[in-house]
Amino acid sequence: MNDGVVAESLRKSFGPGADALRGVSFAAGRGAITGLVGPDGAGKSTLLRLAAGLLLPDGGSVRVLGLDPDGEVHELRRRIGYMPQRFGLYEDLSVQENLRLFADLQGVVGDRRDEQFERLATMTGLAPFGDRLAGQLSGGMKQKLGLACALVKEPEFLLLDEPTVGVDPLSRRELWQIVDTLVDEHGIGVLVSTAYLDEAERCGDVVVLDRGEVLDIGPPARFAAAMRGRVFAVTPRPGVPPRRLQAALSGQPGVLDVSMRAGRVRAVAAADGEPIADLPALADDVAEVAATTPCFEDAFMARLAGRSERVQVRAPAVPERTAGGRVAVQVRDLRKHFGDFEAVRGVSFEVHEGEIFGLLGPNGAGKSTTFRMLCGLTSISDGEATVAGRDLRRAGKRARARLGYMAQKFSLYGSLSVLENLRFFGTAYGLAGARLRTRIDESLAEFGLGDRRRDTAATLPGGYKQRLAMAAALLHEPDILFLDEPTSGVDPVARREFWLRINAVALAGTTVVVTTHFMEEAEYCDRMLIMARGAELAIGTPAEIRATARSDEHPDPSIEDAFLILAERRTEAFA
Amino acid sequence: MLWLRQVFAIAAKEFLTILKDPRSRFLVIGPPLIQFLVFGYAATFDVTDVAYAVVDEDRSPESRDLLARFAASPDFNLVAQLQGLQEVEQTIDAAQARLVLHVGPDFAARLHSGRPAELQVLLDGRNSNVAGIALGYVQSIVAAWSRGRGARGRGQLEVVRRAWFNPALESRWLIVGGLPVQIVLIIVMLLTSLTVAREREQGTFDQTLVAPIDSLQILIGKATPAFVLGLLDGLLMTAGAVLWFGVPMTGTLPALVAMLAAYSCAILGVGLFLSSLATTMQQALLGAFMVLMPSVILSGFTTPIENMPPWLQHATLVNPARYAVAGCRVVLLEGADLAAIVPFLLPMLVIAAVTMTLAGWLFRRRAR
Repeated sequence: MNDGVVAESLRKSFGPGADALRGVSFAAGRGAITGLVGPDGAGKSTLLRLAAGLLLPDGGSVRVLGLDPDGEVHELRRRIGYMPQRFGLYEDLSVQENLRLFADLQGVVGDRRDEQFERLATMTGLAPFGDRLAGQLSGGMKQKLGLACALVKEPEFLLLDEPTVGVDPLSRRELWQIVDTLVDEHGIGVLVSTAYLDEAERCGDVVVLDRGEVLDIGPPARFAAAMRGRVFAVTPRPGVPPRRLQAALSGQPGVLDVSMRAGRVRAVAAADGEPIADLPALADDVAEVAATTPCFEDAFMARLAGRSERVQVRAPAVPERTAGGRVAVQVRDLRKHFGDFEAVRGVSFEVHEGEIFGLLGPNGAGKSTTFRMLCGLTSISDGEATVAGRDLRRAGKRARARLGYMAQKFSLYGSLSVLENLRFFGTAYGLAGARLRTRIDESLAEFGLGDRRRDTAATLPGGYKQRLAMAAALLHEPDILFLDEPTSGVDPVARREFWLRINAVALAGTTVVVTTHFMEEAEYCDRMLIMARGAELAIGTPAEIRATARSDEHPDPSIEDAFLILAERRTEAFA
Repeated sequence: MLWLRQVFAIAAKEFLTILKDPRSRFLVIGPPLIQFLVFGYAATFDVTDVAYAVVDEDRSPESRDLLARFAASPDFNLVAQLQGLQEVEQTIDAAQARLVLHVGPDFAARLHSGRPAELQVLLDGRNSNVAGIALGYVQSIVAAWSRGRGARGRGQLEVVRRAWFNPALESRWLIVGGLPVQIVLIIVMLLTSLTVAREREQGTFDQTLVAPIDSLQILIGKATPAFVLGLLDGLLMTAGAVLWFGVPMTGTLPALVAMLAAYSCAILGVGLFLSSLATTMQQALLGAFMVLMPSVILSGFTTPIENMPPWLQHATLVNPARYAVAGCRVVLLEGADLAAIVPFLLPMLVIAAVTMTLAGWLFRRRAR
C-alpha cells in the first residue's frame, strides 16, 4: 500500500485555455524522494499546491498519506510539510523568532519544541545564526530556514517547490544533504519540483511533466539507460573553441540537444547510431567523436525536443572576430566599500573582445557588486575600470552607450507592449528613424517575437519574456553585453535556447560578461573569475580551473566540483 | 537633439504606463471628481437652519414680536417652546437645539420703563464655530428689531457688516476657489511619488540607469506626465468652480496657468524626491501621505494661517500649497494679473528647484 502522494487523472484549470493539469496520474511513496521536472508552465507548482490542499482539483483526485486534501485538510496539514517557492519568512524577525513562530502556529510547544529547535539548528547549520534577522540571511540560508520551519512539526511527508532556485552550489548541496538525511533516517517521503536536472538524478523516481501532462515516470537511471548509444562527446581540434562547435552542431538535423561538458560538446542524436561524426559542418573542427555515458538530462532534453517550438539560432558561418583580440573590459584593483564593510577587495582582470567571461561565486562573494560597478549601477570606491575603452569613473554615460544589460529578473516595462518596450529602449540608446525601425524588425524576427509584438510584456510566457529582455539589450548592437544571472528561475529548455543565442552573439564579436549560479553554464565561458569573500578565488579558462581542482580523489572534476573543492580549500585556509 | 529625443521617449513611456494601467487612470480622474463634489457641496462654513428653542417667561406682545422675527428668519428653525428654564439643560444636552432664547419675566416692563431689556442666549458651545456664527445671527436680528422700535432706542450702536471681495461672505467661494490647489497636490504627489519607487520595485530602474541617459533626462521625462496631468486637472477644477459653483474669475487666465504650473513643479519636485528616497512603492506612498495632510492643513485652505501659532506660521513658508492657495484666491477673487502674482510664484519656483535637484541627485545615489 503506497500512502505517499497518489494522484489519479488530476485536472486543474485556471480558466479557458489555461489548463494547468490535464489528467495527471502518478504515485510518490514514503521513504523516497520523487522529483517533478518539466519546463515552465508544466504544472509542477499547481500539482504541489493541490497536494498541500491550497487548491481544489477540477477533476480526478489526489490523496496524501491516504487523506483527501478537500475534506481532511486539517489532519493533512498537521502531517505534511509544504515549502513554497518563496517561503513566507518574516524578514524582520530573527532566525530563532521565525522558528518559534512557526512552531507556535503548528502547535509544537514545550520540551518537544526545544528538542526540535536543537535538532533542526544542527541539521541546517543555522545554530550560530540564531539571532540574525531572516532578512539578512543569504538566499541559501533563507531556504534552509524555510525548510527548518516546515520541518518543525516533524511531517511525515514533505512537499518542496523548487527549493534550490537562486541558491549557490554549496548551499544547494547542503540542502540536498538535509533532505537525504530526512529520507534515510526518518523515513519521510519527499515530493520535490526542480529546475536543476542534476538534482533529478538524486531522486528515486522522476515524474516528467509538460503542459499539464505526464510524459514519463521512472527512476532516472532508466531514463538514462534508454539513451545509450545516442549520446556523444565531441572533442574539438586544438585551437577550435568548443562553443563554436556547439553553435555549429545545434539545429543540425538528427541532433536533439547540444550542451557543453568539460571542454567538449555533448550531443544527443535523434536515433540510434545517427552519424553525428559524419555531419559535414564538423569536418574541419572535430578531433574525435566518442559515445559517452548518458544521463537523465540527455533523456529529458530529448524527450522535450519534439514538443516545444524548435529554436533556430543562426550562428555566423565564419566568426567575425575571434576571442583574444583587443581588451574590452579592463579592471585593476577594483574595490567597493559599504561603510566599514568591504564587499569587493581589490579585483583585477581583463576581458577580451568577443569573449564570454563569467563572474562566479556563492552569494555574498562580491560578484554582483563587481558586476554592478562594471555596468555603472554602483559607484566605484577605488581602483580602475575601463569598459569599451572608456573610463567608467569619468565617462560613465559614454561607456554605458556601448553596453547592453540584462537583469536577473524580468526588468522591462510589464504594462507596455513588446513593440513599445523595444521602441523605448532603442530610443534610450540613441536609435531613431529608419535605423530604429530596421533594428526592431530584425529583432522581432530574430527572437521569434513577431506574432507577439502587440502583446503586453507582462502577459508573455517566461521564455518569451527572456527573449524580449535579450532583444532589448541587443537592440543597439552593444560592444559588451552584461548578463546578471540571466537564467535564474528559467527552465532547462529555455536555458539551453538562451545559451545558444548568447553563443551566437559572442561569435558575432560581442563581448559577454555574465554572472551565474549554474556552474554547468560556466562551461560556456571562455574564461571566468571565481570570487569568494570579495576577492579572487581562481581565474582562468574552464580547463585551467578544472586542472587546479584535479586530484586523485577527483580525476575529472566538473566546474561545479572544482568550485566546491576550491571553496573548501579556501575555507580550510581561513580556519 | 538626441538628448531631447531620449527625454521624449521617457515621457512617452511614463504616459503610457499611467494611461494603460486602469488603476492609475482612475487616479487621474476619480479623486478630482470626488473632491470637487464633496468639497463643493459638503464643505461650507455657512450656517443655516439653526435649531433653537424658546423660553418666554414674559409672554408680552413685545416678547412675542421679537421672537416672531426669529421664527420668520430663514437662518433659524424653531424646534421647541420650553415651559421653563429647567428644561433648557436637557434640550441643549440632547442636541435638540443649538441655542435657547430666554426672555425674562420683566422684559416688556423694562422696555417700557426705558431700562435695558435682556434677551438671554444659551448656546451649545460644543461646536464653537457654529455657536459663534449663530450668535452673530441673533445679534443682527435683535439689532434690526431694536431699530424697528426706533425712537425709544437711545444712541444704540449699529454694526454695519460689509465684506469685500466676497460680498455675500459665501465660504463656498473660498473653499471651491482653493480646491484646484488641493487636486493638483494629490494628483501630482501620487503620480510622482510612485514613479521611481515602482521602477525600483519592479527592477526596471536599473535597466534605465544602465542606458546612456543622465539624471536630468530621467527627471524631466518622469516629471512631464505628472506636470501635464496635474495642470490639466487643476485647470478643469477651476473651470468647474467658476462654471458650476459660480465662483467669479476676476483675474487673467495667464496668471492662473502660471500659478498652477509653478505649483505643479514644486509638488512634483517633492514627489520625485520622496520617490527616490523610497525603495518600495509602499514606502513612497506612506511618505506621500505624510506630506499630503500637513500640506493641506498648513496651506490656509480651510483655516487661516494668521490664526496659527507663530512657529507654525514659519513652518508654512516651505509649504508650496500655502502660496498656491493664496495665489489662487488672488487670481480668482481679486482680479490679479501675471505681474501681481510674482510674489507667489517665486517661492514655489525656489522650492521646485531645490527638491528637483535633490531628487535628480538621489536617482543614482540610491542605486543599491
